[in-house]
Amino acid sequence: MRELGKEPQQAASRTVTHGAQVADASRMPVQPPALELDFRLSSEGLKLEIAETIPLAGITAIFGQSGSGKTTLLRVIAGLETRADGRVLFAGNTWQNGTGAAAIPAHRRPVGTVFQDARLFPHLDVRSNLMYAARRAHTKNPLLSFDKVVEAIDLAGLLACHTTTLSGGERQRVALARALLTAPRLILMDEPLASIDGRRKREILPYIARLPRDFGLPVLYVTHAIDEVAALADRLLLISDGRNVASGPVADMLSRLDLFPLTGRFEAGAVIAAEVVAHDTRDHITDLRFDGGRLAVPLTNAPIGSNIRIRVRARDVVLATGVVENLSANNMLEGIITDMREDAGTFVDVQVACGTALFMSRVTHRSVRRLGLAIGRKVVVIVKSITIDSHVARSETKYF
Amino acid sequence: MIEALDFGPIVLSFKLAAVTTLILALIATPLAWWLAFTQSRAKVVIEAITALPLVLPPTVIGFYLLIAMSPDALVGNFWRTVTGTTLTFSFAGLVVASVMYSLPFAVQPLQSAFESVGKSPLEAAATLGASPLDAFFSVASPLAKRGYITAAVLTFAHTIGEFGVVLMVGGNIPGQTKVVSIAIFEHVETIDYTQAHMLSALMLAFSFIALLFVFAMNRRFPVRVG
Repeated sequence: MRELGKEPQQAASRTVTHGAQVADASRMPVQPPALELDFRLSSEGLKLEIAETIPLAGITAIFGQSGSGKTTLLRVIAGLETRADGRVLFAGNTWQNGTGAAAIPAHRRPVGTVFQDARLFPHLDVRSNLMYAARRAHTKNPLLSFDKVVEAIDLAGLLACHTTTLSGGERQRVALARALLTAPRLILMDEPLASIDGRRKREILPYIARLPRDFGLPVLYVTHAIDEVAALADRLLLISDGRNVASGPVADMLSRLDLFPLTGRFEAGAVIAAEVVAHDTRDHITDLRFDGGRLAVPLTNAPIGSNIRIRVRARDVVLATGVVENLSANNMLEGIITDMREDAGTFVDVQVACGTALFMSRVTHRSVRRLGLAIGRKVVVIVKSITIDSHVARSETKYF
Repeated sequence: MIEALDFGPIVLSFKLAAVTTLILALIATPLAWWLAFTQSRAKVVIEAITALPLVLPPTVIGFYLLIAMSPDALVGNFWRTVTGTTLTFSFAGLVVASVMYSLPFAVQPLQSAFESVGKSPLEAAATLGASPLDAFFSVASPLAKRGYITAAVLTFAHTIGEFGVVLMVGGNIPGQTKVVSIAIFEHVETIDYTQAHMLSALMLAFSFIALLFVFAMNRRFPVRVG
């Protein structure tokens, strides 16, 4: 059961991006309204220098290591850092220009913020926390009425609860609903899932993923967990040492070998959008189709015909120079090596294009030499089904 | 009871304490807020000045206040032109003196309370569309409630208990400046121990109950020097 990379017509609507082009894409004039940032800020131990235009559509992940300045960046956008010097323009409106007091103070910016620690008011119950925001809403948005938001975030059963009795996941859901009830035009989230364990995390992701589609709200999502990026984001903005290093669509960014040191060496891997073709309930396998072929992944609950996103870690991908028989791995895809990058240590990161999808494989120097791997060479990509993470949380939105 | 208790001084003491507590709530709140959140270098200086009444002998405070309030001094003169009365040896003068003397008992618990509330809830309030004033009343004040109660009880009790400052600036005018502590002093001077006993016992019970209330409620916002 092996599918060779064909169906070239399907690729027409998508743009093939290689390393160098991606950086340019973010600087092109963008059609949707944008958040224009150009500011500097230096405080104890942190120098932030950001010049970036973020399209106000879909979910943009702001990714970087701890202390890279991504939280401070979010605080500048929210208007909580008055020490920033420079410009913040939201869809053409000046939120800040110059230094000192902001042109528009935090409480008048139509932004809903979800803090890492939720920051629910302990003297109010859940309903009152939500009402606090609703009473001060920036505008009247019928999409974001109290009842609609409570229903969308499934909070009806928690309204009477005291905030101190909530679990971490529940707290973040209340914080998200509270942010929505301010009738914002932008949602900022600062590592909202950082203190929540894996299973609970997966329960909350869908609520976040739905925001752009259901409420027409763009989201800036700060995180240092690459699996959250893969699960949620349309675009990725990389922050390192207080600077914006690169930005672009998630799949392109995560397949750029030059960014591997920043996107996380161990967890590095490809993000691939695919369509659900069939569910095999006997073997517990879901079959997916993408323009580079077919993939078998562990059974998901995504409906047939829907688009989901999968993540294939570089360290889980085996390369072969020919077809291998009698192998347990379910997935074998033909591709062409498009980029290779040597690691200082043992590894070589190899980028392989199967159709327009880019897979990443991490192999040893020895394997590269033994197999004669080089850019332009045809190879077979082998992936064990069980190593693939499916992200059903989001259905693909095509803003970019 | 062998003889009737003179309620005049008791009523006056409570009136003085109530007015002082009210005025201090208005003065101490912004001062404590500023001390809790400022980055200014002047903070330590203002903190030290605020705490002065804790360590100064009441006679020293009373002496300076007496001089400041005298009709030919700046403050006293201003008061006389505005109201036509003198500050010294009047109820108004006692209020001014008590506000000064009890200031740390109002400021310090409030400052601690505001510090423990911290900036986080205020930032959250701002992102939810609350102006700074709105955030103060809707978030900071309710969260600092215990600090307010502690400050009020301590200020009230401390004002009732003051003696030295009152004696210096107020003297001993029945219905005007003769508060409980002064009355006790007078009873002892005139060897009327029965009245002194009754008033003292009353003061003791009141102070104990007030402190019991403060400690039972919380120990989180103490008054401290430095």
